[in-house]
Amino acid sequence: MAQIETIESQKTSIGKTVRTEEMIINMGPQHPSTHGVLRLELVVDGEIVVEVIPHIGYLHRCFEKHAESMANYQQVIPYCDRLDYISSMSMDWAYAMAVEKMLGIKIPERVEYIRVVMAELQRIASHLIALGTYGLDVGAFTPFLYCFRDRERILDLFEMTCGARLLYNYIWVGGVSHDLPPGFVEKARDFCRYFRPSLKEINDLLTYNKIFIERTADVGILPADVAINYACSGPMLRASGVNFDLRRDDPYSVYDRLDWEVQIGKGDVGTVGDCWDRYMVRVREMEQSAAIIEQALEQLPSGDVSAAIPKRIRPPVCDVYVRSESPRGEIGFYVVSDGTGSPFRVKARSPAFVNLSVLPEICKGYMIADLVAIVGSVDIVLGEVDR
Amino acid sequence: MEELLRSFFDIDILVFAVIAIVPLLWVLPYALFAVWLERKVAAHMQDRLGPMRVGGWHGWAQTIADILKLIQKEDIVPTLADKKLHFLAPLVVFIGSYAAFAALPFSSAYVGSHVNVGVFYILAVSSLAVVGLLMAGWASNNKWSLFGAMRSVAQIISYEIPTALAILCVVVIAGTLDLQEINRMQTGWFWEWFVFKKFPFVFVAFIIFFVSSLAETNRTPFDIPEAESELVAGYHTEYTGMKFALFFLAEYGNMFLVSAVASSLFLGGWNSPFGDFMSGPIWGVFWFLSKGMFFVFVQIWLRWTLPRLRVDQLMHVSWKVLTPWSFVCLLAIGFWTVLGG
Amino acid sequence: MAKYFKDIFTSIWTVLVGMKITFLHLFTPAVTIQYPDVKPKLPERARNRLYVNIDDCIGCDQCSNACPVDCIEIETVKSLPTDDLGTTSTGQKKRLWVTKFDIDIAKCCYCGLCVPPCPTECIKMTEVYEFSEYDRYNLIYNFSALTAEQVGEVRAKQAAYEKEQAAKKAAAVKPAPAAQPRPQQQSPGSKKS
Repeated sequence: MAQIETIESQKTSIGKTVRTEEMIINMGPQHPSTHGVLRLELVVDGEIVVEVIPHIGYLHRCFEKHAESMANYQQVIPYCDRLDYISSMSMDWAYAMAVEKMLGIKIPERVEYIRVVMAELQRIASHLIALGTYGLDVGAFTPFLYCFRDRERILDLFEMTCGARLLYNYIWVGGVSHDLPPGFVEKARDFCRYFRPSLKEINDLLTYNKIFIERTADVGILPADVAINYACSGPMLRASGVNFDLRRDDPYSVYDRLDWEVQIGKGDVGTVGDCWDRYMVRVREMEQSAAIIEQALEQLPSGDVSAAIPKRIRPPVCDVYVRSESPRGEIGFYVVSDGTGSPFRVKARSPAFVNLSVLPEICKGYMIADLVAIVGSVDIVLGEVDR
Repeated sequence: MEELLRSFFDIDILVFAVIAIVPLLWVLPYALFAVWLERKVAAHMQDRLGPMRVGGWHGWAQTIADILKLIQKEDIVPTLADKKLHFLAPLVVFIGSYAAFAALPFSSAYVGSHVNVGVFYILAVSSLAVVGLLMAGWASNNKWSLFGAMRSVAQIISYEIPTALAILCVVVIAGTLDLQEINRMQTGWFWEWFVFKKFPFVFVAFIIFFVSSLAETNRTPFDIPEAESELVAGYHTEYTGMKFALFFLAEYGNMFLVSAVASSLFLGGWNSPFGDFMSGPIWGVFWFLSKGMFFVFVQIWLRWTLPRLRVDQLMHVSWKVLTPWSFVCLLAIGFWTVLGG
Repeated sequence: MAKYFKDIFTSIWTVLVGMKITFLHLFTPAVTIQYPDVKPKLPERARNRLYVNIDDCIGCDQCSNACPVDCIEIETVKSLPTDDLGTTSTGQKKRLWVTKFDIDIAKCCYCGLCVPPCPTECIKMTEVYEFSEYDRYNLIYNFSALTAEQVGEVRAKQAAYEKEQAAKKAAAVKPAPAAQPRPQQQSPGSKKS
């Protein structure tokens, strides 16, 4: 369904003489499909959205202030977990990399590979939630449960390794908290083998379903230049056709030794940069992540994972910004140290916050049902948006 | 059935009261069963188990417990709501759904009210529910409910046209609007059923009827009026307790109604598919109910498989796909009947 | 025009494909378990409720310092040189009475940062996750093994001992100036810059 260009062109001659009013309607903060406590103030003309004004801050928990009051750098990591609670490994990793850069320590190879495996497993888990809840938003209830069933297996892997299922506190500055338990490599390989047919099933049920395509193709088109101007990142940017992935273009850890394809939106059904493209980029990224995990497990060296964990973290007076590719986009931490053991300032550049800022731009002229689809395709997590 | 009752007592009002109560005796236990069935089917399709505790075996008493809970709930009416409309809306919706049961032939011996415009009566009365929905949406004093009500009205009114045209296809073949007569004409083996006559036109009409009946009952993929993820619960957001239960009852009653009409018109109603084997007035009830339940199961199956259509796409499907195709079928069947005899 | 027919065909086809998948799933076994009749076996490293083996605690405060949400409160009292508090299971001699060891499990964020620093490995994360309480104050776990009287006792003993030591020190310092007159000197560093 094409975007309706202007409201005026729609009105018939009768319509022009009948006075209609725009309605201001409030969506959220408690709403089944705003993915958390997000308040969207909509100005609608009938069913068509004229303007969207997002109001955030309902989940603000003063992460940055807490980080300043922590006694040491390691204590900030449980707080980083809770930023984007759906992909905690990625949050931990970006922060740990920032502090490691300040300290200038070299991470053992085994630790790097373990971190890559964990981050890619986390990417699959996070995208499964994105797909499942997106299906819920457009009314398909069943794929949600299939996605969660698969996610359970990943969470079991995580629980085996570090003891927690959602907020891991696993990636520490200088290493990881526990080495991989015996049997992990086998189970992870089993999971990758199990996952591919399962993904095909979800694709058959939802992705290529004509009704789903009708709901998401040509909806919420984000042109590439708008995406770049608004600093979008991650699958939102790649779905608009921009071939940019931090893991390949600004490589960190051992990603330069792994081989995978960066997925970009091609406009298979509909236009490049519509909701279906964003959804499909995530689906394809999951497959690529499974391939990365298998390669990393093969190349996994042996070693001691706690060798480089410093006893005392006291970085020199400096500031550093490190970014990495979380499932939602570019997560960056700007850490300022004043020479003591406690951070002076930790700022989190959250991908969902920046991606959300493009919402008023791409929602104009669509219907409320489309708005739900567009918000779902941005894949926000309010913990990260509000910090 | 009337003769049987008159042989017991010859008082008019009592006979008619008994005849009128019979569909209620079916609808209420059926609704309890259908809600349970929906939850179990949904659960098993999603690799989980559904209700398991209440009542012992697979939680069969879950709905009974739910109804008891709903009866006890506080009846909350929003302060600025239109009280009279708020009270009447669930009643109107339920009446619109239940009154149509009067013309359904449960077996060769029982039909609630033997009118010779049976099909027309069913179509007309079930449209009454639209008024009820609009009342519910407006009286809730809630913008989102109003949205749901508006969408629902547009949807139901648009989909009545393909429904009526598909029914007309059968009426042209049968030559009568009387549902009991239409059933009598399909006696015999299953190839006598109307859906196999004048193939493929009646089959296409059957598909069209089934799809538009999904829209009539607000089931996915046409459940925009109650789209949970957009409108919380659409037009019945502000309803609690027994009134909410009435809406639910009306929805499940409607589901059975359209399934029963589909099976009566197209699939032989109370006729056995094996000719004389397993046929008779009592067997008729069995066949009628099981065909109806089969279509209820298909409706449940579709709900848990498909995403929902957006409002304008729904209109597109109705006006640009279902209506033209049902016209084509009607024309073809009309010509075939007149020319072929 | 062709698109119209193609759309109708794709719709019907994909709907049927979807229906087939859900229908087949009706016959696959459920992946859920009937909790609380059946409970899953948690892995070895599962991080749930904290437990402190107070017999092994030497009162070093490492866990309390490591906690990011300050849910552990420890108070210790120095023991007298004559007291024998025993040794921990790892062989260390205990020198501090642990008079208060409170963990507010409602504040705990289950990060596990308190476990590695403990020198005697007495604080552990167990696999217990069913510990809801009706009263929130029951979620403050008191691990200290000393009763209130015992706490009073050791405090009193410690206070008395310190007083004694201070008096001894004062007595040891006093006689010296009386024995020898010392020349008045400005001790170096008495003026602080």
